[in-house]
Amino acid sequence: MKCIVCMTHVPDTASVIKIDSDGKHIDEAGIKWIVSPYDEYALEEALKLTEDKGGEVTVVTYGPQRAEGGLRECLARGAHNAVHIVGGEGTLGDSLAIAKVLAAAVKDREYDVILCGTKGVGTDNAQVGQMLAELLDLPHVTDVIKAEWGEGSVTAEREIEGGHEVLSSPLPAVITAQKGLNEPRYASLKGIMAAKRKPIESVAPTDIGLDAEALAGPEATYHVRSLELPPAKQAGKIIQGEDDPRAAAAELVKLLHDEAKAF
Amino acid sequence: MAGILVFIEQRDGAIRKGSFEALSEARRQAAGAGWEVAAVLPGSGVASAAGDLGGYGASRVFVADDAALKLYSAEGYAQAVVAAVEKMEPDAVFFSATAMGRDLAPRVAARLGVGGLADVTALSLENGTFVARRPVYSAKAFATVDCAGKKPQVIGLRPNVFAAEQVGGTAEVVSLDGLSYSIRAVVKELLESAGGEVDVAEANIIVSGGRGLKGPENFALMRELAGLLGAAVGASRAAVDAGWIDHSHQVGQTGKVVSPTLYIACGISGAIQHLAGMSSSKIIVAVNKDPDAPIFKVADYGVVGDLFDVVPAMVEELKKLQAA
Repeated sequence: MKCIVCMTHVPDTASVIKIDSDGKHIDEAGIKWIVSPYDEYALEEALKLTEDKGGEVTVVTYGPQRAEGGLRECLARGAHNAVHIVGGEGTLGDSLAIAKVLAAAVKDREYDVILCGTKGVGTDNAQVGQMLAELLDLPHVTDVIKAEWGEGSVTAEREIEGGHEVLSSPLPAVITAQKGLNEPRYASLKGIMAAKRKPIESVAPTDIGLDAEALAGPEATYHVRSLELPPAKQAGKIIQGEDDPRAAAAELVKLLHDEAKAF
Repeated sequence: MAGILVFIEQRDGAIRKGSFEALSEARRQAAGAGWEVAAVLPGSGVASAAGDLGGYGASRVFVADDAALKLYSAEGYAQAVVAAVEKMEPDAVFFSATAMGRDLAPRVAARLGVGGLADVTALSLENGTFVARRPVYSAKAFATVDCAGKKPQVIGLRPNVFAAEQVGGTAEVVSLDGLSYSIRAVVKELLESAGGEVDVAEANIIVSGGRGLKGPENFALMRELAGLLGAAVGASRAAVDAGWIDHSHQVGQTGKVVSPTLYIACGISGAIQHLAGMSSSKIIVAVNKDPDAPIFKVADYGVVGDLFDVVPAMVEELKKLQAA
């Protein structure tokens, strides 16, 4: 099986987010960048699949120079190839632009499946996988928590409200990975050493027939007017309940009922 | 005539609450601009459900009734929505950002050659342009965004945020005939979760447990409190990673981002990843024995104390209240 994994490089989930002086982006000072957690499930599934059935894993990212760190991490875990389309600052959050770039990057490659994370932890759109599928005229299944890989087909279970949907899809298809699909591995020391020697294919958008300026300009489909921190919260009413938890519980329920009218 | 088309989600012919919310928000937005509101309803044997939609402000309902659409499929439903878009030529297409809406909207948008505004929590219409507010970085920040002038503007509205409002009225039913559906990824089976539990993504009230519960058996306490409140049971990442409860319950950056009316966090310290998933809840309650736990910084109400004492006492108080 030839697997393509789409990866996005995002701020560590433990990061404190600050707004840049332009009021439209985050302040990147001090941010540690990681492979988006859901992409780790996508990569793990591809690695397991090729270990079972042979084949290779190619990780593709559209991102600035620093995204190379994410690709090295994927190579260290066992990915065979890495493709870095360099750029993307101007299309941050523009799911269609990102999907167009990824589609252009993979359309002439051989693949049986394209795996993405269910969403990039950051702009939180959860749209790129489905858009990529549409642009490549492939079926898709999102939020997958279980997959059984057959010859030329996959049976995939996805989370919906109050249950699961079980789908069957022919391959190639786009699958987006949800937590629960597998347990991502850590990179081994040997893997980390080997990854340093593996080449990363660096591609400019023009190499794949795209005009990055147009994507971020006249063709843009997402425009950020401003970025703000959530409004500061007023201090709440905290009841000390160590000595008399019953009285504290009674007071809490009364406040929720009478004052907050929460139920 | 300019207007908004709203995708209507149904399962077994029953329309989901989120769709009524999206339709109501479309009606409120359209009212100021003098726009039409229409709905598109794909399914099988769903024509009778179309009648309800007029009551929420739809003047037309495009019904795609076909055996191939009995169960949801992104490809089949996208064909139906796009067919309605071609007939109506709306300025915007609204979806409720449910599991189905989030799966479908991007596919429809890409087919129409436009982008999408996902998981929107506030909306305004300025001279034909929707300006949306949406949480990013798991609600550690909020972005104010628009579709950069592209139409139709595809917008996903977060469930439980916009009010559903019945206004009375009737809708004209327009059949979307002559479509031949081509579906590759097919739903084979629907598995309901045990006991028909309320899903955290849809709940008005959530009772969540964390590491302070000490073990999987103590989620029974959360379920008891949740049962009294008609609430869903949530969990922190620590509780999910320990294997105490299924990931579908996880609230936080790598779980679900929720905005219920009431969020009760028991034995959850409030790691930044967790706060990111629930801080937009309207009322936050924390029960924790550590007075310095970060959860108290976002709590509207809190009790410092042992949850194993406090929660059973809350259960008793609620029972008294409900009996009264």
